[in-house]
Amino acid sequence: MFENLTARFQETFRKLRGKGKLSEADVDEALREIRIALLEADVNFKVVRDFVSNVRERAVGQEVASSLTPGQQVIKIVSAELTRLMGGREAKIQHSPKPPTVIMVVGLQGSGKTTTVAKLGHLMKRQGRKPLLVAADTRRPAAIKQLQVLGEKIGIEVFATHEGDDAVQVASSGVARGKFLGCDMVLVDTAGRLHVDDELMAELGRMQKEILPQEVLLVVDAMTGQDAVNVASSFDERLELSGVVLTKLDGDARGGAALSTRAVTGKPIKFVGVGEKVDALEPFHPDRMASRILGMGDILSLIEKAEAGYDQTKAGELAEKLRTADFTLEDFQDQLEQMQKIGPLDEILSMIPGMARIKGVGDMKVDDGRLRQVGAIINSMTPEERKNPGIIGGSRRRRIAKGSGVRVQDVNVLLRQFDQVKGMLKQFGGSGKAQRRAMRKGIIPFMQ
Amino acid sequence: MNASERSEKLAQHNLHDKPKGLLAGLSQRLARTSASIVGQVQSLLRRRPTLDAEFFDELEAILLQADVGIKTTTRLLSGLSRNLKDGGQGRTVSGDDVLKVLKDEIVTVLGPPEPLGEAMESPTVIMVVGVNGTGKTTTVGKLCYRFRKSGSQVILGATDTFRAAAIDQLEIWGNRAGARVIRHEEGADPAAVAYDACQAAKARGADYVILDTAGRLHTHVNLMRELEKVKRVVEREIPGAPHEVLLALDATSGQNGLIQATTFKEAVEVSGIALTKLDGTAKGGVILAIRDSLGIPVKLIGIGEGIEDLRDFDPNEFADAVFQDLE
Ligand SMILES: Nc1nc2c(ncn2[C@@H]2O[C@H](COP(=O)(O)OP(=O)(O)O)[C@@H](O)[C@H]2O)c(=O)[nH]1
Ligand SMILES: [Mg+2]
Repeated sequence: MFENLTARFQETFRKLRGKGKLSEADVDEALREIRIALLEADVNFKVVRDFVSNVRERAVGQEVASSLTPGQQVIKIVSAELTRLMGGREAKIQHSPKPPTVIMVVGLQGSGKTTTVAKLGHLMKRQGRKPLLVAADTRRPAAIKQLQVLGEKIGIEVFATHEGDDAVQVASSGVARGKFLGCDMVLVDTAGRLHVDDELMAELGRMQKEILPQEVLLVVDAMTGQDAVNVASSFDERLELSGVVLTKLDGDARGGAALSTRAVTGKPIKFVGVGEKVDALEPFHPDRMASRILGMGDILSLIEKAEAGYDQTKAGELAEKLRTADFTLEDFQDQLEQMQKIGPLDEILSMIPGMARIKGVGDMKVDDGRLRQVGAIINSMTPEERKNPGIIGGSRRRRIAKGSGVRVQDVNVLLRQFDQVKGMLKQFGGSGKAQRRAMRKGIIPFMQ
Repeated sequence: MNASERSEKLAQHNLHDKPKGLLAGLSQRLARTSASIVGQVQSLLRRRPTLDAEFFDELEAILLQADVGIKTTTRLLSGLSRNLKDGGQGRTVSGDDVLKVLKDEIVTVLGPPEPLGEAMESPTVIMVVGVNGTGKTTTVGKLCYRFRKSGSQVILGATDTFRAAAIDQLEIWGNRAGARVIRHEEGADPAAVAYDACQAAKARGADYVILDTAGRLHTHVNLMRELEKVKRVVEREIPGAPHEVLLALDATSGQNGLIQATTFKEAVEVSGIALTKLDGTAKGGVILAIRDSLGIPVKLIGIGEGIEDLRDFDPNEFADAVFQDLE
């Protein structure tokens, strides 16, 4: 299917090659294909319409970069615009100044709420917090049990009463319980419901008034079609969502719902679910999502290749950070976590635009043990230390080694490697190719 | 006949064969599905009595928003304009004509209603498969209840040994419907559960075995292999089985539904679709593409979370319901 699309595009490119400025005809021709791509990705029809007309306005008359064809130039604009629309990287959870932070997780039936609650709890626990899970889905058969089983698996307490109990009451008791236990997070699982079910939507409204959550997260299945806009806007109208979690991205849905929900609610996608296991939760990356929705990985990397060496804005946010001094151990840790969760190396690489095309990448192996160790070391640092490794002197190193169960030498090695990598990156400065080489060699020292 | 007379007649007609409470629920729920389409088409017809390119653009918008998908939509619309040209020479074409043709096209694509597969000799084995959260377990519960109501003996197989508390969930449905659930512990081999369920059915002379399988994304190859293995065990234990492999498909799903159907069909020869959650606002239009390119018919629809919220899929009734206020 995508091959066809790519082929069609190349056809378009050929026709469009060799012009100085984007004419209306150039743009229309390319946008026709873009429109189809977006619709096939399940972006809502109206969202597509608005998007295409905005891009059209923006693109007509633009100068075509010397290394690109007009068609490529349009796609470049489209993918940048998609990324911008899906907005801010890694919107984090808002923590309450007065713990516990209360999070309500809501959504349609079967979207993945319960699993998401467990995953969030797991993540928080790993960040050193003390969460409580609250089983306020008192409707679906065995939903309570499901949360209890998951809670036990990840070693997090679950507050539950009985099937059929009043959900608002349960949520409210749950929050009280959380306070009593000294938890700093309370995650409330709610029953799945249709956005048109007035009675049940009103129940959520009452629950929100009662427990005053810092976050109300809407869970949306990445396979959702056109209806995503109705669902998201109804939930948002009723509850003023704080964000969205997009689930089941480990499938092959192109995930147009990400763009649709963002467009109608303006609320950020905070996390994505990429598997059934409790650690399969990741921060959201708008740029990856954009290229996934467009379904044009090939074309995008072609464009990137064409641009490598002179257009630095294109290389993505990570590269941006790598190049400047603000690549911190926190970003490093983030990368590590991604890797640990995603699994096979080739999959990770295929997500980094352009990476898959570099020779020799396929031969790299990840040393799992080393990876875990590095993760543990960084985990044992304070946020301050991660931001500013320069302050990590001898006694801090000893503390970190102890905290992560490694030898002080291991901490030393990691810090040295990190330093080297940063130095290298600075030195390489500009070219995308060099950055990637640096990344391959240095940043990922546990890859041989 | 105007719209309200028509829907009243439809309601009366249905009253003969369905209990009142159920019917009220059904039409109300389907009305939700159709309301926005109907509204859109109506206003469209009011605004544009003549058929021009813009008219077709708007029709296209309606179909696309029903998740029919760009390919099938384009195909339907080119069929439509061809039909109108052939039949409409010399006379004015009304919005009603257009709708009738479009509806006929849709019904033609969907084909005649098809019943669930049955064994010549009991037990009939039904496997319910699909991606996560589409409504497999609920559909198993509803189906079980339907069979029980007609006096059949049913064995349920808790083949979802993966998801937390999935077995308990099925057990609750089994209790509600009055059927025995064959279960192993969480994490057990699903094929072994299927084997035991088949054995139990044979030993007790049960009429139906329904296997509730774990949700799995079709992209996870090893999980698809696991499902194939369950099917092989069933084939081996009961000749001719499984008699029905139902793919539970969420009506809210978009174009990925077609890929799901393709992959599940390749793995376990899906013979029918249970289109769930039609009580929401999603239209489930992707079934047109599925029927069109894979030939898999929709056999059941889910219209709620209750045990009785299951219906046979009837393409005519469905198309009627979608456009009912327009004729
Ligand atoms: N509104 C509605 N909800 C449904 C329908 N069928 C299933 N559900 C709900 O969808 C959720 C997931 O269903 P479940 O049977 O557990 O899905 P499974 O993971 O595929 O087995 C549950 O909350 C069900 O109550 C339906 O036809 N309409
Ligand atoms: Mg299930």
